Amino acid sequence: MAYYRFDAIIIGAGGAGLMAAIQLAGKANVAVVSKLYPPRSHTGAAQGGISAALGNVEEDHWEWHMFDTVKGGDYLVDQDAAEVLAREAVDAVLELEHMGLPFNRTPDGRIDQRRFGGHTRNYGEAPVRRACYAADRTGHMIIQTLYQQGIKHKLNFFDEHHLLDVLFTDDGICCGCVVMEVETGEIHTLHAKAVLIATGGYGRVFKITSNALAGTGDGVAIPFRRGVPLMDMEFYQFHPTGLYRLGILLSEAARGEGGILRNNEGEAFAARYAPTLKDLAPRDMVSRFIYQEVKEGRGIDGKDYVYLDLTHLPPEVIDQKLPDVTDFARTYLAVEPKTDPVPIQPTAHYAMGGLPTDINGRVIRDENGTVIPGFYSAGEAACVSVHGANRLGTNSLVDLVVFGRRAGRDILNHIKESDWATLPADPEFTARAQAADLLSRDKGENASEIRERMQEVMMDKVSVVRDAAGLAEAAATIHSLKLAYSSVAIHDHGKTFNTDLLEAHELGCMLDCAETIVAGAIAREESRGAHYRTDFEHRDDVNWLAHSLQYKSSGGLTLRKKPVTITIFEPKERKY
Amino acid sequence: MEVTLRIKRYNPETDVKPVFREYQVDVDPMDRVLDALNMVKWKQDGTLTYRRSCAHGVCGSDAMRINGRNRLACKMLMNELGRKITIEPLLGFRVIKDLVIDMDQFFKSYKSVKPYLIADDAPSASERIQSPEERERFDDTTKCILCAACTTACPITWTNEEWVGPAAIVNAHRFIFDSRDQGADERLKILNTRSGVWRCRTIFNCTDACPRGIEVTKAIEEVKRSLLFDRVT
Repeated sequence: MAYYRFDAIIIGAGGAGLMAAIQLAGKANVAVVSKLYPPRSHTGAAQGGISAALGNVEEDHWEWHMFDTVKGGDYLVDQDAAEVLAREAVDAVLELEHMGLPFNRTPDGRIDQRRFGGHTRNYGEAPVRRACYAADRTGHMIIQTLYQQGIKHKLNFFDEHHLLDVLFTDDGICCGCVVMEVETGEIHTLHAKAVLIATGGYGRVFKITSNALAGTGDGVAIPFRRGVPLMDMEFYQFHPTGLYRLGILLSEAARGEGGILRNNEGEAFAARYAPTLKDLAPRDMVSRFIYQEVKEGRGIDGKDYVYLDLTHLPPEVIDQKLPDVTDFARTYLAVEPKTDPVPIQPTAHYAMGGLPTDINGRVIRDENGTVIPGFYSAGEAACVSVHGANRLGTNSLVDLVVFGRRAGRDILNHIKESDWATLPADPEFTARAQAADLLSRDKGENASEIRERMQEVMMDKVSVVRDAAGLAEAAATIHSLKLAYSSVAIHDHGKTFNTDLLEAHELGCMLDCAETIVAGAIAREESRGAHYRTDFEHRDDVNWLAHSLQYKSSGGLTLRKKPVTITIFEPKERKY
Repeated sequence: MEVTLRIKRYNPETDVKPVFREYQVDVDPMDRVLDALNMVKWKQDGTLTYRRSCAHGVCGSDAMRINGRNRLACKMLMNELGRKITIEPLLGFRVIKDLVIDMDQFFKSYKSVKPYLIADDAPSASERIQSPEERERFDDTTKCILCAACTTACPITWTNEEWVGPAAIVNAHRFIFDSRDQGADERLKILNTRSGVWRCRTIFNCTDACPRGIEVTKAIEEVKRSLLFDRVT
């Protein structure tokens, strides 16, 4: 048990967290807390690219990128934020290059760019080459490069420290957090003027997911318990091409390089649904195309998957531009993509929702944008919102670099102007009580059974296609699982590296995330982006051109609406 | 199919020394070793402890000794391993608990070679120019995921705490051969010591162990050659 005091604490050492921390390096006393080692963060699993209108290989403009982002998000995107994203993407990518990121290059030595879903030339005319990339391991290069910079700047890393609680004063000022040092099981208090949550997503609430086992939404659920709202939780992206049954991501870059989806008749079916962009339509739509093909009996062998066909691509393109994803197909499905199509199905991939923030990463507490002093978020854990109802491919990496950087710079100003708020009395009380409770029982509910039931119902009832009856069933199931969780028992009662305890803690966080996803999906009686209701098939701009804000209250969950910021692009029907 | 996992267990709070325990699990031949470990942890014995995250070979968390060879548990399938599988922690570093080793020395060695771009000539409004050939020169060593499989497969690591190890050299190589970098001399000086590249006996354990297919021994040889011939090519 120890007490530390810092100017700022960054929780999560993926792209957003490290980018923020680097802004503070040498200028403030900053701690970077991660439940993993930083290079293990899930940013490293991103594959295809990071978009920026560099125009290195063909004409491009940030305004086109902004438009695509807004349209891709089915007009739920806050357009002031989308403008920041698209404008600053250019400089952010150049900064990554200056830090040493080894991008693929054009013949004349510039950063090479390729096509990606939903990114177009001249407001939707045709696909554009906007995604800067390093083979199909762009995320790996980003996490490595930012970690390298962290070492260069001698950042103070708290590796393998697990977030247990976030601390607020009675006046609602964020003043620190409580963590468990994984190796020793000791609980520590970290006191700070600013806390940034950059803990990523929570794909592990679903059975089939591309997300790491660490993607359990800790940093989202814990502030929610402390009264912070969550925004747009009903919008969860299913990536069309996960490896069948495993969910391992097979990058959209495979289609950007010319890959084609085919049904059991060998038909390139995407063209039937999206005549202009075909296989490069946005992810929410392509996932629904696959769902529809399967539903109408055109899945492979009558099952719930289709093929991604790369066999017509030149072998050198596969080896040079898609080496890792094709290796995944070989390793995990024993399929050679050069000669055989790869079985794929939609996989839970990305949370558009999360902690609501302004364009400087400051978490807000209501529909008026009232800032919670000292509390920040960036990356997948946050909801700015630049992704609206559906994120475009590559924009997650843009998001974490652009908004991680902005949050870091704002924190620098904030800590100069403010003092340390007084910690609550007995700051570790809640964290210790929760850990003690989990450690106290010898007999009780089995955590893995609760987790599996949650993952199954979320996959069956709350994924690509939803309806009122299925959502009600999911809500009831999650409710009963939360009750079961209150008497969960674990095997490991020791202090050293107790991952049994921490997995149970993560399960509690996931149940909170799942509950808000379901509640948001029940409330939103329309179809928009990734949220598709068979009982409300159309977008309803009259009632639902609004973000949802969910609060934890004594009687359960309370839902409020927050207006969408529209600056340039009036909502239109989304066609590709 | 039914398989037996023979896992080296050690809990510092209760055990004087490690012991092997056996677990029967019913797996699919296409399951990963990590899936089998999860089955044990989630269904039989929650105290079993190991690191894991991405579960598809890119985060570097779950390197361990599987039937005597350093492998990622999430990249090794059951159908490659037979019916009785021995799983142990990586060698050469202190075991914290079960399959979890102390990574401090590993990351200390990594940091010692200045694993970041050293250059002060960034143009203000554009990228640095680098030809595809220059980019290709160091491609292999950019793939490192810092899993420690190579370093802990090296017998020198097992007996010599000073040895910088293959992973650190790989990460030095990644910058030494990057046309944009200006820090080759500093790094080569660090590696031109008794605990640097000259400890290497070229036995290729590191190359065999690398789950990313990096030609680790070749990278080490290229660094040695740069020192011998006083030039980086």
